[in-house]
Amino acid sequence: MVEVRPLPRSRALRRTVSTVLGSRWALVGLLALIALLIVVLSSLQGVSATRMLGLVVRGVLLGGVLALGALGVTLVFGVLKMANFAHGDLMTVGAYLGLVVMSLLPRGAPLLGLGFGYEFVVALLVAMPLVGLLAYGLDRVTFRRLRQRRSAPVMMAMAALGVAFGLRSIVYMVFGADFAFYYQGRARPVVELFAGVRVRTDQLFILGLAVLLIVLVYLLLERTKVGKAMRAMADNPDLARISGIPTERVVFWTWLIAGALAGAGGMLYGLDVQLRPEMGWWLLLPLFASVILGTIGNVYGALLGAFTMGIVWQVSTAFVNPAYGPAAAFVVMILALLVRPQGLMGGGR
Amino acid sequence: MDPSFLPRTVLLAVPLYLLLVVVLRGRSALAKHALAVAAALAVSAALTLLLPAGTLSYVTTFLLMGSVYAVLTLGLNVQWGYTGLFNIGIAGFFAVGAFTSALFTTTMPTGSLAAFTQQAFGLGAPFWVGLLAAGVVAGVLALLVGGPTLRLRGDYLAIATIGIAELVRLVFQNERWLANGPQPLRGIPQPLSCLTGSGCDWLPGFVNAFFEPLAPRDYPYVYVAIVALVLFLVYTGLERAIRSPWGRVLRAVREDEDAAAMVGKDVAAFRMQAFVVGAVIMGMGGSLYAHYVVAIDYGHFDPLYGTFLIWVMLMLGGSGNNRGAVLGALLVWAIWTGASFLVDALRPVLASVSPVLPQRGPYIRFLLIALLMLFVVLYRPRGVLPEEKVVSLTPD
Repeated sequence: MVEVRPLPRSRALRRTVSTVLGSRWALVGLLALIALLIVVLSSLQGVSATRMLGLVVRGVLLGGVLALGALGVTLVFGVLKMANFAHGDLMTVGAYLGLVVMSLLPRGAPLLGLGFGYEFVVALLVAMPLVGLLAYGLDRVTFRRLRQRRSAPVMMAMAALGVAFGLRSIVYMVFGADFAFYYQGRARPVVELFAGVRVRTDQLFILGLAVLLIVLVYLLLERTKVGKAMRAMADNPDLARISGIPTERVVFWTWLIAGALAGAGGMLYGLDVQLRPEMGWWLLLPLFASVILGTIGNVYGALLGAFTMGIVWQVSTAFVNPAYGPAAAFVVMILALLVRPQGLMGGGR
Repeated sequence: MDPSFLPRTVLLAVPLYLLLVVVLRGRSALAKHALAVAAALAVSAALTLLLPAGTLSYVTTFLLMGSVYAVLTLGLNVQWGYTGLFNIGIAGFFAVGAFTSALFTTTMPTGSLAAFTQQAFGLGAPFWVGLLAAGVVAGVLALLVGGPTLRLRGDYLAIATIGIAELVRLVFQNERWLANGPQPLRGIPQPLSCLTGSGCDWLPGFVNAFFEPLAPRDYPYVYVAIVALVLFLVYTGLERAIRSPWGRVLRAVREDEDAAAMVGKDVAAFRMQAFVVGAVIMGMGGSLYAHYVVAIDYGHFDPLYGTFLIWVMLMLGGSGNNRGAVLGALLVWAIWTGASFLVDALRPVLASVSPVLPQRGPYIRFLLIALLMLFVVLYRPRGVLPEEKVVSLTPD
């Protein structure tokens, strides 16, 4: 999948060294080294263990949201072979669609110790399929034409860029540039998990829902006919077509799932932080960093990458300005590319 | 007659002359230049006489910004048009160039100003030093990004360039000590602005006397000549480079990198060279931008203005064609600025839909540009001026 320059043939030693350096375990080692560095730094700077533990927990929670986006990116990449730069903006659209649905419903009382009422759940159930259908609709008018013309993948990425800016400009026009909240000025209940680590109950809900959706996607890919067809398309599109797999239907399901996950991810991120027209663009970088770390096109790698990036993002805030969180994810991605470009789950060597 | 007629005519003739030098073909060098000078002066005089002063300075400012974007688009053309490198972080190189040039040419604030402005250094160097430094620093940044990503598939470079653009933006947004953080970095000197003021002491008296009638508001006439000169140098330099064996290898790498590697070309090295050359040009474009707008902050290098607009310019004009890149830059800049008139005209209609919509009018321009991009990618992927067959120059 990934083109790596051939190694110099005659230098056996160098080859052995670079084989070791480029192995999966070297990348795992690099991540462990980063973790060790963080522990050393935190003890030097006097960051308390409780605070670090809290940041790791927050990182796992953020990782859940990133995983929903990263799953979509990697599915679309696997099945359609395109880098979908509009994925972040699909998340934005999902978040704002949820806002619209919630504004139409009467506000209910908070559900069982959470910070939101039934209307958020309804909005989630409405926004998810809508974003999925939107993603498929956009594919029909843009990417499908390019696929039929057998355009280079990079032209599809460029079209995705156009779609991304188009979606964002519509969000700007309808909702303005200011940030928005699902619930303004409502108490957000907090629970203590363990050893002084406190999280909001909403965040536990977010992680729980993310895990549930991930499990559903897993079941869909492994147990259903559509999932099998999707895996076949990802593996070898031509062979899949020859075997009589209805490719257009697989494309439809891919966009529906990727879009629905993006919509859910956007709404959950909006619930945890806030809604902004640029939120999706800012998430795009950690999303792709997750996907690349876990091998582009590999579903389980994307999950692994997303949780790693979530933790890196949160933990970095103990040492640098929190604004640099997404940039920390980017730096880890560059380091990973240097060691092992094909990512954690990639084949070879 | 308006006393500023002569100096304005001469200044406006500079871009026209350079344009004619590029466009005119098939005459002996002397005749070509003589014709170009005469025609440029005639057209410029006619424009200055016939157009109302306000319209003319609007046109000048339009040409000026269009040319700045043309420099940026030419930089992208080296990367994407000729070598096939998918850089969607132009804003990063653009911003680094602009801030570098600003830091090199401004002086450290003193006295009460120091309370409002913080910057890492201020060398007070002349404009051309800032321009070159902008190119060098942007090129070094490209080396750093290109190293781990250029030998991989295109998507990785795309993500890495998005990342570097975001990182650069975050640094200039948050690091107050570097370039005044979230506040604008002000007081970037405008080159040759002394011509429109009290005169430049290093120029002979008669030159100052000639430009004496210009007022500070006439500065765009001076700057359009400077930008046009830089654009001309970049354009002619690139045209030579593309017609050289080097340019031929770049196109070979773009078309079929395996074939290029088979004939012994170091594909990774050529990619890196093209990436760095493009970034140097983008950095210089940033410098040209900074010295015109005088005050810059991170918000100027938004992915929309800093990256996407330039992509639309290249794709519409014709990637792989330097003339197309320049034409595309001017066309898209015309659409972009023209759309603001359209939005103004639509204001009553928008107000009837929703009272908040007129303030959000500018976003209609965003949508228009995004639709233009999609239209070009889907229906005219080769652009207005498609790539031409290029024959390498034979040594004279």
